[in-house]
Amino acid sequence: MSDVQIQQFREQIQHAAASKTALSIQGGGSKSWYGNPNAHTPLLTSGFHGIVDYQPEELVITARAGTPLATIEAALAEKNQMLAFEPPHFGAQATFGGAIGAGLAGPGRISAGNLRDYVLGTRLMDGQGHDLSFGGKVMKNVAGYDVSRLLPGSLGTFALILEASVKVLPKPASTASLRCFISEARALKVLNEWAGQPLPLSASSWIGSGDANADGELTIRLAGAVAAVQSATVLMKSTLGATELDPAIAAAFWRDLREHKLDCFHALGADDALYRLALPAACPPIDFSTLASSGTQQRVLEWHGQQRWWHGPADASTQAKVKAKAIEHGGHASCFRVGSNGVEQRFTLLSDQAHSAALTAVQAQLRKAFDPSGVFATGRLP
Amino acid sequence: MNTVAPPPDLLEIQALQAKLVSALRPILAEDGLLWEPEDTIPYECDGLAAYRRMPLAVALPENEAQVSRILQVCHAMNVPVVPRGAGTGLSGGAMPIAQGLVLSLAKLKKIVDINPFTRTAVVQPGVRNLAISEAVAHLGLYYAPDPSSQIACSIGGNVNENSGGVHCLKYGLTLHNVLRVRGVLMSGEIVEFGSLAPDTPGLDLLAIVMGSEGMLAAVTEVTVKLVPKPKLAQVIMASFDDIEKGGNAVAAIIAAGIIPAGLEMMDKATTRAVEEFVHAGYDLDAVAILLCESDGTPEEVAEEIGRMTAVLEKAGASGIRISKNETERLTFWSGRKNAFPAAGRIAADYYCMDGTIPRRHIATLLRRIQEMEKKYRLGCLNVFHAGDGNMHPLILFNGADMDEWHRAEEFGTDILEACVELGGTITGEHGVGIEKINSMCVQFGEHERELFWGVKRAFDPAQLLNPDKAIPSLSRCAEYGRMRISGGKLPHPELERF
Ligand SMILES: Cc1cc2nc3c(=O)[nH]c(=O)nc-3n(C[C@H](O)[C@H](O)[C@H](O)COP(=O)(O)OP(=O)(O)OC[C@H]3O[C@@H](n4cnc5c(N)ncnc54)[C@H](O)[C@@H]3O)c2cc1C
Ligand SMILES: Cc1cc2nc3c(=O)[nH]c(=O)nc-3n(C[C@H](O)[C@H](O)[C@H](O)COP(=O)(O)OP(=O)(O)OC[C@H]3O[C@@H](n4cnc5c(N)ncnc54)[C@H](O)[C@@H]3O)c2cc1C
Repeated sequence: MSDVQIQQFREQIQHAAASKTALSIQGGGSKSWYGNPNAHTPLLTSGFHGIVDYQPEELVITARAGTPLATIEAALAEKNQMLAFEPPHFGAQATFGGAIGAGLAGPGRISAGNLRDYVLGTRLMDGQGHDLSFGGKVMKNVAGYDVSRLLPGSLGTFALILEASVKVLPKPASTASLRCFISEARALKVLNEWAGQPLPLSASSWIGSGDANADGELTIRLAGAVAAVQSATVLMKSTLGATELDPAIAAAFWRDLREHKLDCFHALGADDALYRLALPAACPPIDFSTLASSGTQQRVLEWHGQQRWWHGPADASTQAKVKAKAIEHGGHASCFRVGSNGVEQRFTLLSDQAHSAALTAVQAQLRKAFDPSGVFATGRLP
Repeated sequence: MNTVAPPPDLLEIQALQAKLVSALRPILAEDGLLWEPEDTIPYECDGLAAYRRMPLAVALPENEAQVSRILQVCHAMNVPVVPRGAGTGLSGGAMPIAQGLVLSLAKLKKIVDINPFTRTAVVQPGVRNLAISEAVAHLGLYYAPDPSSQIACSIGGNVNENSGGVHCLKYGLTLHNVLRVRGVLMSGEIVEFGSLAPDTPGLDLLAIVMGSEGMLAAVTEVTVKLVPKPKLAQVIMASFDDIEKGGNAVAAIIAAGIIPAGLEMMDKATTRAVEEFVHAGYDLDAVAILLCESDGTPEEVAEEIGRMTAVLEKAGASGIRISKNETERLTFWSGRKNAFPAAGRIAADYYCMDGTIPRRHIATLLRRIQEMEKKYRLGCLNVFHAGDGNMHPLILFNGADMDEWHRAEEFGTDILEACVELGGTITGEHGVGIEKINSMCVQFGEHERELFWGVKRAFDPAQLLNPDKAIPSLSRCAEYGRMRISGGKLPHPELERF
């Protein structure tokens, strides 16, 4: 069965290569809104599914690209394990290949690391229809270049992921979530101070309105050994006056934050955009009110402030200002999701970075090495 | 493809050397360029002394601007360049190329910036791994990846080998602990991979530079993540009277949902060799000894040590000792840490291999190695990162006896092929270098190797930065395949290769 499907992928890719057309790889296909839009013929992976290998004592799962993320997470949960980077799903259609293609991580990223950190190996099909394997199923591997790790976040513009092996982790023995209302500046200060201490911090979020001076809602998740979570809970209650959340409410909160289902993500007008800023640790509060006067201006901080979301106008001038702001602070910004009247270019271009000319050329050459005919050149990622 | 040209005659070499030296002298300080054989001989090999070659010259720049100008000159003259850190590599990655330049980054050894609030340090490539942790110890922070060579090896070398050590099971490899790398492409262009932010726009090029064995860029600055020093560490020393039980205990700990701070194993031969040397009080009757470390707050450690002890008992440990204090913890570790020098005491030479297998196959591989000891009539000590399935067999031989060296090489190659067959890889952390280049033909097929060359050309179209390392040419593999098969030695040719 899988051989037949692989042969079908090969034929579709080789046909596209011969006719010099591009293919838009689609897993669940649930989010054409993410990345630059395109109207190329889809290459569908959803029929190519199934867990190929899962050895809990090896902490590795290998699955086909079209496997629903939900299937993978259910298999892991049965063995009390998890994907520590907590990929967002957004709908039951979300696939394993799509999660890797999108390269996104949820709240756990600040303590557990990025999706890329967990990719151990991939089986992929290049733009000529070659079926290739890189990396493997073991934690340590320096044989050849780490080609697999170029794919997370490549949005289907590099190669077709057929299968991937990712590292999984045991679920923590204990978790607790705490909440308080404090200013953005204070939240950033305590979070960064605590991150420098041996405390079981696992995730954080701060949600505030457009009013830069008002307090916002800080939620902290602790995860680890029972004793460590207990003593950190005591510390945070006494330092911040925080209260502990009911476990079911806490679990729903972290899931809805990850899936952008909280109210603060909802109010997105037709002319608005949800901007995402990725920033260095300890980046001070950013005063967005100077960038625009309209919109709800809702702000959400995650990853101890290293990932920030802001609602603002989707026009090109605001977009440029947000980008400049992020670069000024040593990070970058993307127009993550746009309202119905959104601008076309949604991602930060590499040319906004210092030293970029040489790397732009390297990137272009890398693309050629994987895909000489441009089968995957959909422009979804610049 | 690989650029192994026939050797030009001596006069030509001397002329090339003179030309290179006169082009590089204006760039470097008086003592920053070496070309007399008595000066360049210390650079003829790295930690893998069996492979040696004299370079045309050795350049020792003191800053990034000089690195850039040196590479521009070599690029223009078509001279290959081998970057070098501390030279502790064990796969010949920093071995010179004939008619090439060695670019030593050892003089770039400033710690540029330490920021406790962002938990980062910016360091030059020549800074020693351990020096980073020493410099930030007063802040309660440290740099987690800890290769056993950490007193000597450089962070530039660590980036290029994606090095790891005892702690990487819990804290990750170099890849997981580096945020940004600055480097110089062969063209002389200065570039930056990664960023201080959690991700970078476009492709993740930092990931491909990690473990690239000096073939993509000369690394000139590294920004590392620092992590809080745990308040306490404690280690369990468990003995097993059977390899199978020991191997299964490793898998059982992980399956129980515990990620120890370190999980290392020594076999009986190693225990005996080190005990003579360190007198740590090891159980000399044990067939295998496991060291399982826990770190964190005192409460966390107590909880984890309790859980691990229970798993080890259930797994059939014949003896269990838990360190009572820091001195005892270090004593338990002293044997593991001194295994290499101990091997050096019991044999004239030893050959350290590096392969990784799924954890559940540890006992199988150890038994295979026992059979190979008989076949090659050479002893082998096994001491390794069990938690990662990363094996480091130390093959004992006498280098003065060429036949013994050849047998040791064959022994090593057989181990690597067994690793691939068991679903693992030919190198976990030491890199391919020149040593394992033939084994790459076993692990990867033609199209995979062709793609590796595509990656190489994207960064270095002229293929002058450490060529002939890590990625074998197609013709090399064809030749190797013939050699191995005609010798009748390729095990299980019927099996599909990984
Ligand atoms: C905050 C946040 C909000 C999100 N919101 C949404 C949302 O509203 N809706 C939503 O659907 N997703 C959303 N996502 C992301 C998404 O949920 C997950 O990443 C999901 O797993 C994608 O799966 P998919 O199969 O639906 O992806 P797809 O949309 O099919 O693909 C995602 C990308 O990966 C590429 N790709 C897919 N499969 C492969 C493959 N086999 N090989 C190579 N490239 C491939 C595609 O070309 C595409 O560029 C969000 C993520 C975050 C972080
Ligand atoms: C006793 C002993 C124990 C060891 N234990 C471990 C261990 O536990 N884990 C582990 O991972 N390794 C281990 N090693 C191997 C070795 O120490 C590591 O691979 C180390 O990272 C090499 O660093 P180095 O500075 O010595 O690099 P070198 O040996 O000088 O070079 C290694 C490679 O990196 C390239 N390189 C070096 N610096 C640069 C630079 N600035 N820019 C571009 N390329 C560069 C070289 O070209 C070469 O390919 C051990 C070695 C010894 C001798």
